[in-house]
Amino acid sequence: MSKAATTEPSKFRQTLEDANLQLAVYTATGRLMEKRREAVAADVLPEYQELRTQAHEIKKHTLDNLDYYLELFEEHVTAHGGKVVYCKDGSEVADFVLRLAKERGARLIVKSKSMTTEEIDLNERLAHHQLESVETDLGEYILQLAHQRPYHIVAPALHLTRYDVANIFTEKLGVENETVIEKQTMIARGVLRQKFLQADIGISGANFLVADSGAVVIVENEGNARLTTSAPRIHIAVAGMEKMIARAQDLPVFLKLLGRSATGQPLTVYTSFLSGPRREGEVDGPEEFYVVLLDNGRTRLLADREKRQSLYCIRCGACLNHCPVYRKVGGHNYPWVYSGPIGAVITPQYMGVGKDPWLPFASSLCGACYEVCPVKINIPKLLLDLRSEVTKFKAKERGGWAERMVFRLWAWVMRHPRIYEMMGSMAAAFFPEGEKPGWLRSVPSFMNIGPLKGWLSQRDLPRPASKSFRQHWRSRRKGGR
Amino acid sequence: MPREKILHKVRTALGRSSGQPPAAPPPVRLRIPDVPLDARIESFICALNKLNGKTCVAHSPQEVLDYAAQLCEGKRVVASNSPVLRECGIVELPNVRSNYTDADKLREACAAADIGITSADYALGDTGSLVIIASPREARLISLLPPVHLAIVPRSRILTGLDELFTLLPNPAEQTSSMVLITGPSRTADIEQILVRGVHGPREIHVVVL
Amino acid sequence: MGPRVALFVTCIVDQLFPRVGLAMADVLERIGCEVDFPEAQTCCGQPAFNSGYRAEARDVARHFLSVFEQAEYIVVPSGSCTSMISHHYAELFRKEPEWLDRARAVGSRVVEFSTFLTEVVKVEDVGARLDAVVTYHDSCHALRELSVKSGPRRLLGRVRGLTLKEMDRAEECCGFGGTFSVKFAETSGGMVRTKVDSILRTGAEIVVSIDSSCLMQLQGALARANAPVRTMHLAEVLASR
Repeated sequence: MSKAATTEPSKFRQTLEDANLQLAVYTATGRLMEKRREAVAADVLPEYQELRTQAHEIKKHTLDNLDYYLELFEEHVTAHGGKVVYCKDGSEVADFVLRLAKERGARLIVKSKSMTTEEIDLNERLAHHQLESVETDLGEYILQLAHQRPYHIVAPALHLTRYDVANIFTEKLGVENETVIEKQTMIARGVLRQKFLQADIGISGANFLVADSGAVVIVENEGNARLTTSAPRIHIAVAGMEKMIARAQDLPVFLKLLGRSATGQPLTVYTSFLSGPRREGEVDGPEEFYVVLLDNGRTRLLADREKRQSLYCIRCGACLNHCPVYRKVGGHNYPWVYSGPIGAVITPQYMGVGKDPWLPFASSLCGACYEVCPVKINIPKLLLDLRSEVTKFKAKERGGWAERMVFRLWAWVMRHPRIYEMMGSMAAAFFPEGEKPGWLRSVPSFMNIGPLKGWLSQRDLPRPASKSFRQHWRSRRKGGR
Repeated sequence: MPREKILHKVRTALGRSSGQPPAAPPPVRLRIPDVPLDARIESFICALNKLNGKTCVAHSPQEVLDYAAQLCEGKRVVASNSPVLRECGIVELPNVRSNYTDADKLREACAAADIGITSADYALGDTGSLVIIASPREARLISLLPPVHLAIVPRSRILTGLDELFTLLPNPAEQTSSMVLITGPSRTADIEQILVRGVHGPREIHVVVL
Repeated sequence: MGPRVALFVTCIVDQLFPRVGLAMADVLERIGCEVDFPEAQTCCGQPAFNSGYRAEARDVARHFLSVFEQAEYIVVPSGSCTSMISHHYAELFRKEPEWLDRARAVGSRVVEFSTFLTEVVKVEDVGARLDAVVTYHDSCHALRELSVKSGPRRLLGRVRGLTLKEMDRAEECCGFGGTFSVKFAETSGGMVRTKVDSILRTGAEIVVSIDSSCLMQLQGALARANAPVRTMHLAEVLASR
């Protein structure tokens, strides 16, 4: 396959043919779909559609004025005794953490789940400098032990079974082979509890940054993010700057949507609203509080008025669960940590459309993602825009000429009805009615190329009609009907 | 300096200039349904029970104490500095330790405790959530490190839901460094989507409404 | 006398499934419409648009608009092509105000076939009879871009002898997606096989849809699996008697 191809990467096949994996992914996403549907049903949440519109408007407003809200956020964080650190990319984030760790003599970091830190490979960067950083979300912990990246934005270890986990624990933790999920969970709790109590620094992500409060909001179910942000002496929140919302009073809209869209929970178990280090008189909490605001290409996405909406994403994962393509190919066939429809939209914008030009094409444009998106990101439209960018990019790079010629010729034919009709009749002559009426299972090998080959690899092919509709119509009119 | 550079990039991307005020934000739409107290209490209890939380309605401080005493018998217990706990006599129970002002000592005690007892600043009727605001009265770790969490909630503190909470507290950061909403026991479903309670936080949560 | 309608049969129906167009014309004439077929029509341009070739799609769209500019109603046996014209032409002509106006004017008169029956002429019983158990496949663009969901089911409900048995995955994509079906053939094949399983679980003899492209994908996969289920366009069902 050429690098510029907009067709299926061959690596998909392995996933598609793995029956166990197919079943695991299909069942898990199906369950999440079901739970979401129950949680947003009209009798349970009559204002659901209204909330989506409000969430979209709030995100739009905040990002359209992001410079203002960044400064407002910073002002409040500073007023509460915290510090905001702007970072251009992953290496600046790592430098900041390493410098701070060195200054404070920190040796161990506990981390709660954060797609942003996955995006910049923070753990690997820190490990490179002998600074241990332990993931504490159960799924992320398992993946860190197994050296894998998340399979899903919300359920990172969705592809692993209890037997996989048992093997990973035995190999990496030296424990007896344990396949009971409750017991596996308690093994992790035991190991990680010690880490929480020993760690000097806790690094979290942020689900929301609240500008008028200087607050970091984190939602979770396990309690590991609360521990990460409460137990160690230093808390660093690493967040993409698009996580901003204007006001604390905007939170209810998002909190009502996020848990429901992700796992069908009206609220996740823990919602932490954190604004600065421990204050005078408060008994516990971190002594130092930093918010790292990451650019890493976000300013580039902001610049495009239309595609800016892909930054509204609140990482609920609903588009993944509902995407028939994600459900077939899974999370590891996408080129970056963000998978599924939202991954297909943001990855080309961060990496450039030339890097994996097939990505925006890996969609049937069914629109299920847009239908369930809690902030109403029009993902199919953005995919279409990106497809157009890919073809333009290829034309500039002098690639993909054959396909371009086909479409040019096709467009010309479509503007010339007589030639269109003639071509149709010719095609019909090429596929003469055989002895068996109906559908073809194969074609002669000289014809079995390109799109025909693709089609026939999976399904039978309809014969072109020997008489097109327009030919029927003419005789029908002549017949006096 | 990255700060200036990044802010400049953001402004350029948005076509805005430094110091330019933002357009008018969309209106805040918080709606507080009219739900009588009894119904709020019932809804709270029902929602929390659904999440496997244990609940009890007490009609006097003595009943609260009875519930706590029974739960705490033979256990190591840490209680917060909330006046409600004092009023109910919980801090006088023999195995309850309280009155921590030092973070390290509190942490040590919580890590070793079987039960943590707190009050709650508010509770949310529609989701069964507790709202705890960090202050000299309430610490963060008491509701987090011990495997069992008992919370005492004055009934008047039970709100309808998030909209009411954020109407009462338009900006929680003004009074605390940490506000947490706790909705049921700690849980995970990261392995095969099988629900396991108590992964990092408490596996059991008890709420006594006073 | 009912309204005058111009048929846009779509290129797929014209070339591969003419019987669908004929059935649609039959039904429309039966309920009293005056049916016209502008012969210069070809395609709406969607294949190029979905493949990222905007300029080529625009050329074809301009041709479409010129052909159908005079029509009172343009009735289409496809949700996908209808949505292309009524929704996506606006994007295509974003920067050409004159064509944008023309696209909007024509777009407002383009109606998907089942919607024309249930919402425009408001006829649900067209006098059809088909003794069969059928299941209905929601085509994505009809469902999500045109909100067509209950209309086709109501029409099927009025067909004598017909029993509708819903499948568990009615709203899930069949995996066609235009060029997606050949560019991502294996993924598309996986998707349609999942859909076929859902169809087979209903025990229905026939799958009905309002898009011939979905039906081509479904019939191709059913045939490949030697499954004893056939596909019918809603127009064909309604033309049966």
